[in-house]
Amino acid sequence: MHALLDALVIAILALNLYALGVSRIRAVINAVALQGVLLGGLLFLVHATLDVRGALLVIATLVIKGVVIPAFLVHAMREAEIQHEVTPFVSFMSSMLLGAVGTGLAVGFAHTLPLAEPHTNALLVPASFATVWTGFLLLITRKKAIMQVLGYLLLENGIFLFGLLLLEAMPFMVEIGVLLDLFTGVFVMGIIIHHISREFSSISTENLAELKE
Amino acid sequence: MSTRIILVGLLLSAISGLPGLFMSRHSHLGPRVAACLGGVGCLLGLAGLAHFWFMGPTAPVSVTWSLPGDGLSAGIDGLSAIFLAPVLFLSLLAHVYGLGYWPPSDHPATGVKLRVFLGLLTCGMALLVLARDAILFIFGWEIMALAAFFLVTTEDHKAEAREAGWVYFVATHTSTLILFGMFALLHRVSGSYALAPLAPGALPPGAALAIFVTALGAFGLKAGLMPLHVWLPGAHAAAPSHVSALMSGVLIKMGIYGLVRITSLLPDPPLAWGGATLLLGVVSAVLGVAFAIGQHDLKRLLAYHSIENIGIIVMGLGLALMGRSLGRADLVMLGMAGCLLHVWNHALFKGLLFLSAGAVVHATGTREMDRLGALARRMPHTALAFLVGAIAICGLPPLNGFVSELCIYIGLLRTLSGVGTLAVVGAVFAAPALALVGALAAACFAKAYGTVFLGQARSPIAQVAHEAPWTMTAPMAVLGASCVLIGLVPLLVAPALEAGVVAWAPALMQSAPPLRTWVPLPALSVVGLALLALLGAGSLVLRSRQRQTGVAAGAVWGCGYVAPSASMQYTSASFAQMLVAMFAWALRPRRHGAVAPVLFPARVPVRGHVPEVVLDLFILPPVRLVARVFTALRVLQQGQVNAYLLYVFLALVVLLMWR
Repeated sequence: MHALLDALVIAILALNLYALGVSRIRAVINAVALQGVLLGGLLFLVHATLDVRGALLVIATLVIKGVVIPAFLVHAMREAEIQHEVTPFVSFMSSMLLGAVGTGLAVGFAHTLPLAEPHTNALLVPASFATVWTGFLLLITRKKAIMQVLGYLLLENGIFLFGLLLLEAMPFMVEIGVLLDLFTGVFVMGIIIHHISREFSSISTENLAELKE
Repeated sequence: MSTRIILVGLLLSAISGLPGLFMSRHSHLGPRVAACLGGVGCLLGLAGLAHFWFMGPTAPVSVTWSLPGDGLSAGIDGLSAIFLAPVLFLSLLAHVYGLGYWPPSDHPATGVKLRVFLGLLTCGMALLVLARDAILFIFGWEIMALAAFFLVTTEDHKAEAREAGWVYFVATHTSTLILFGMFALLHRVSGSYALAPLAPGALPPGAALAIFVTALGAFGLKAGLMPLHVWLPGAHAAAPSHVSALMSGVLIKMGIYGLVRITSLLPDPPLAWGGATLLLGVVSAVLGVAFAIGQHDLKRLLAYHSIENIGIIVMGLGLALMGRSLGRADLVMLGMAGCLLHVWNHALFKGLLFLSAGAVVHATGTREMDRLGALARRMPHTALAFLVGAIAICGLPPLNGFVSELCIYIGLLRTLSGVGTLAVVGAVFAAPALALVGALAAACFAKAYGTVFLGQARSPIAQVAHEAPWTMTAPMAVLGASCVLIGLVPLLVAPALEAGVVAWAPALMQSAPPLRTWVPLPALSVVGLALLALLGAGSLVLRSRQRQTGVAAGAVWGCGYVAPSASMQYTSASFAQMLVAMFAWALRPRRHGAVAPVLFPARVPVRGHVPEVVLDLFILPPVRLVARVFTALRVLQQGQVNAYLLYVFLALVVLLMWR
């Protein structure tokens, strides 16, 4: 059981690095979608006894993170006629390197935290920090607005991972609310991407510099 | 009762511009509704004021609320009444004047905004005068400040108005900031926000000094005392003329009101306060009029005269403060009565002058004096109004300016019979300074009146000028008549002034003899009437002599030059050149272009102007430096979403690291 959980977490970390290293947007979307599915699986594992509430949460996570949002993004790509290249500010190699360094630091940082007894050795905490960091990297180093959406999603995945620790303590409504927030956020950003692309006939956020002042 | 009537009037005034928002910009109904509501509001307020004067004071109106402080409280006493009267009176006239001056046919885009904020300005000023606690005072102060900002920038499509507006905005908010500090201090020592006199000895001397200095800073900035006047000329010049009249006539007096009110709360002022105030007044008066002489813009010239008159008012206040320190009822009565009466007088004659200047601008479209001339023939009513205002502002008998300045003169000279401390000796020297100011003002208005209304027209626009409509001339006539009335029968206003003086220093003045013990008010009426009679008789004689001999028109003797033209008259600059040169150490006049010393010089344009020295030399350079530093910081504002996200991330990391 524990071994399986660790394996899943390591897969999530690998997906982080993959998302930083690939040059096709479609591949990043797939990585994020897969990460969403894995998160659903994790939820399933962490929950020792599966009640109705847990089942609902697992299903909602799988559907929203694994299917709805990726499908929406793919649709947005097609609608806005977005080119398939990621167009980074920082090269893929350097991004991956930064991501790896960040992951290492996250592990170190997690050890310094005064965590509760059952979580001290779990990989969950460092993985959550590493995923947040990867999300930030995507947000900061990629030009296209759709990549900002993906970075935001990764960021949220990291927070979700951390939330798994508190599953017993966190009310059901809060988690569902977070999922709903995420969905709305992506939806709004999809609309914004559409507008940016219509206004500037490209979705590079560099164009937004024209709007300053 | 009286307070409630006034408050209802203020409410009417505050909403007077709102119906116009729902009408067409070109509709003539909007301005009329605004003028009616605002006018009725002001009349109600004046009725309340009359109720106070004839029936005596009533209990203040209080409202409790859950915000900090002890609730809001509005009331009226002798001092409030003095300052409230010009607010309401001048606002009433401004509402009427605006009908002719800013008609929707000429200014469809700006008129609606102008009328909304005009009503609010009146309401704000009156509220702060009625306030019996610091919270309501600040409310009124800010309503006034913001409404005035939007009024100054009425024509915000002009760069000049925007610039003047921003300078004003910065100045007024600096003043508010200092005011917060002052009220916080006051609250600390008294324990409440109520504007009530502090018990003698309740105040540590340091705190008293701090309150006095902050009051001088905050209110001096609003009143336009000399080193703090930088916002005033630009704002007065850029605003529509009836707004300039309101601003110069009453808005800057709110600074004076604040000073008078706060000094009335502080017990036992040291002699040095009065001395310092008097000195500030002298500096303001002398330099204000000196700057005025150097101006070419009619409204800027009038604006600098506001600084001069604020100086005279503050001189009166300083004298009264010295009188309170010395325990001398005569100095307090003369100084304070002079101060308060000059507040009224300045509102009347400066209002009159700005309205006349507005009529000139309305007729010619320019404020440049050197493009005007000979307007007395085309605009006789305006010329007469301006003349009355000019005589009054120079402090010449038999008009009202003379009466208030006489009070201050007599007060200053009476310090001679006191103990011979340095401050008192200084006060005696303030009397010649006041005389100097009067003389310079006379020179300045000889220049202004001569250039604008006499001589030959200097440009085609001055030749086609037309007289203003009755909506504009009627308010001018009312103001002119008020100037004459106060000048001829000063006894009429003495009771109100005495009530104000008693409210300012109740302990000392409760049983003091009336003003006419020291100033021969009835004699002033006699002398004034005699002067008028002499003037009438003289003009009758002149008229009959003219009728006998006939009048022949001919060219003025031009030293033998055979082809004189209108451009060869004295310009405003050449008329003032000698006086400007005398004050060059302060005015720093600039001159562009010079005539080469050769036999047949080519055509060279020569122009000169007097810059706003304090703003240009002392305020703008440091501000520019700060601006440069902050411009360098703009590198951070990339416009790149990614960069902003990086900032967010860095901020988060820093916050996490924070212990």
